[in-house]
Amino acid sequence: MPIVEAVRLALGMIRAQKLKSFFSLVGAFIGVTFLIGVISIVNGMDRYMREDFAGRLFGVNTFTLRYRPFNTTGDVTDDQWRAWLRRRRLTEADYHAVERALGPDMLVGVESWNTVEVIVGAKRSRSIEARGVSESYFRIRNYEIGAGRTFTPQEVSHGANVVVIGSEVAEKFFEDTDPLGRTIRVAGFPYRVVGVAKPQGRLFGISLDKFVIAPYTSQIKKAVNPHQIVDGIIVKGPTLPAMQEAMSQVEAVMRTRRHLRPVQDNNFHFETQDDVLDFWTKFSRILYTALPLLVGISLVVGGIVIMNIMLMAVSERTREIGIRKSLGARRRDILSQFLVEAATLSTTGALLGIVTGILLAKLVDVATPLPASISLSSILLGIALGIGVGVVAGVYPASRAAKLDPIAALRHE
Amino acid sequence: MTDALIRTHDLTRDYQMGAEVVRALRGVDLQIHRNEYVAVMGPSGSGKSTLMNLVGCLDTPTSGQYWLNGVEVSQMSDDELARVRNREIGFVFQTFNLLPRATALHNVELPLIYAGVRAKERRERAEEALASVGLADRMDHRPSELSGGQRQRVAIARALVTRPSIILADEPTGNLDSTTSEEIMKVLAELHRHHRQTIVMVTHEHDIAAHAERIVTLHDGMISSDTRRAAA
Repeated sequence: MPIVEAVRLALGMIRAQKLKSFFSLVGAFIGVTFLIGVISIVNGMDRYMREDFAGRLFGVNTFTLRYRPFNTTGDVTDDQWRAWLRRRRLTEADYHAVERALGPDMLVGVESWNTVEVIVGAKRSRSIEARGVSESYFRIRNYEIGAGRTFTPQEVSHGANVVVIGSEVAEKFFEDTDPLGRTIRVAGFPYRVVGVAKPQGRLFGISLDKFVIAPYTSQIKKAVNPHQIVDGIIVKGPTLPAMQEAMSQVEAVMRTRRHLRPVQDNNFHFETQDDVLDFWTKFSRILYTALPLLVGISLVVGGIVIMNIMLMAVSERTREIGIRKSLGARRRDILSQFLVEAATLSTTGALLGIVTGILLAKLVDVATPLPASISLSSILLGIALGIGVGVVAGVYPASRAAKLDPIAALRHE
Repeated sequence: MTDALIRTHDLTRDYQMGAEVVRALRGVDLQIHRNEYVAVMGPSGSGKSTLMNLVGCLDTPTSGQYWLNGVEVSQMSDDELARVRNREIGFVFQTFNLLPRATALHNVELPLIYAGVRAKERRERAEEALASVGLADRMDHRPSELSGGQRQRVAIARALVTRPSIILADEPTGNLDSTTSEEIMKVLAELHRHHRQTIVMVTHEHDIAAHAERIVTLHDGMISSDTRRAAA
């Protein structure tokens, strides 16, 4: 029997027995809903982490020179930690040396930070991140300014007490009034607000807008780091190869400055997007390991249900099988009829699951901070799993149907 | 002899019923020629159903040979038998055996699906067959929407549609009242007379058997009489 005929027959069967069919495809439905939903959300997170978080906040084609890795995932030995903490820290002199060594198309910046107290009038907060940076920092880290301006090179070289504040800081301290030109006290030092950054949003529920950014040469340097010490030297190139080239140049400069012999390892660290993404990669790997388990359980349960429904169908329709056989249906005709029916059931469930999974992902995307992005491959995988479960679950019932003796089947009441 | 459509030689069929062996057929030699209209009679348990199943290629004999259209079918595999049933035999059953969920048209198309006939031709041939049994206006009805006589006519159309060598009718009027029975017998007689269709019919009713031109009677698994009516 041609496959189109068998599918049409199977769809007719599903229509004729709606409730029973619904129960039998519920397993495949749930499994595929999970599959699409979770993959979409993890995918969306992944894209968000790579493009928005790593790309926007960290910067594309950007690396940061640090004295040790700042983003670690916990699998660091105590010895390693002690070795890292013994390292020499980066200085402003290192920053100037790096800047001199690199070409004019490279953006070079510096950053230091600490959590400090900020006071405006009667309001105060102890959990504001204060950053001391160079004027290039805003361009490197892609901060957009909503109102006002960033620093001028002069303000940085003179160590002027000017500050760009995050949107949440602006709301907290100034509410409806315009913060521009107002004075705030950062770690006790008076600063004039020259700009308000556009909101960066939240990451895992943590606000990215609770900061104040001032020239690294201004007074907050006393509050964020020991004298002359900086936390990071940031370099951004126009392209990835340019960045990699710059990274090796900086490596050479630093090795020379620190008098490292060829046998000695670097006693400094390059932080790239990959470091930031490392944590996420590990996290998503866990999700991707748990996912097949979840999906697998639902599909196995769904398959067992389908198998039972099909066994029932075979015994209910024994006479039909007998009639078909008397009219010339071969074993393989009956076999394929029931296989296609089982596969149609589970594929219908899978298709419903795909639709529901997509809706679920859209809902999560709209209603929660988690982003979701639907991938074509997960949809194809869903369909393939749907068909697969049906065929596997249908083999036994279908082969029982195919082996029925036509005479006994015709006599069956 | 050479042009025998059905030829059996010493056909036997035993059934294992628990510890006992039931010998349903004990050596049947039967020849049926093209264009014959044969009734097979006999009391219940005489083996006529068993013979019907063997002739209809639904079953294989315990021993003996059976040639259908000159081809020995007694040793064929299941799938080969299915092919023979599809091409050579059209069944008409006592209980009609139509698919309840399918329309008359689809029921008639069914054997053509297994014959691998394309959809368009299938539809045309099924419509033609239904029209020939007087059901041109009932094609889209389901069996439950048809009377007993109409259902049996759908079954006859289904048996005809593959243009088989033989129509095997197993108690075709067993579930019908006498008026409808006459109606069905007329359809069969028509097929035999005008389309030279070979018909083998199992029945236990003498007045039904009287429609045939030859009556074979079975008794205890053997042919006890084989009589031919003079006039057709």
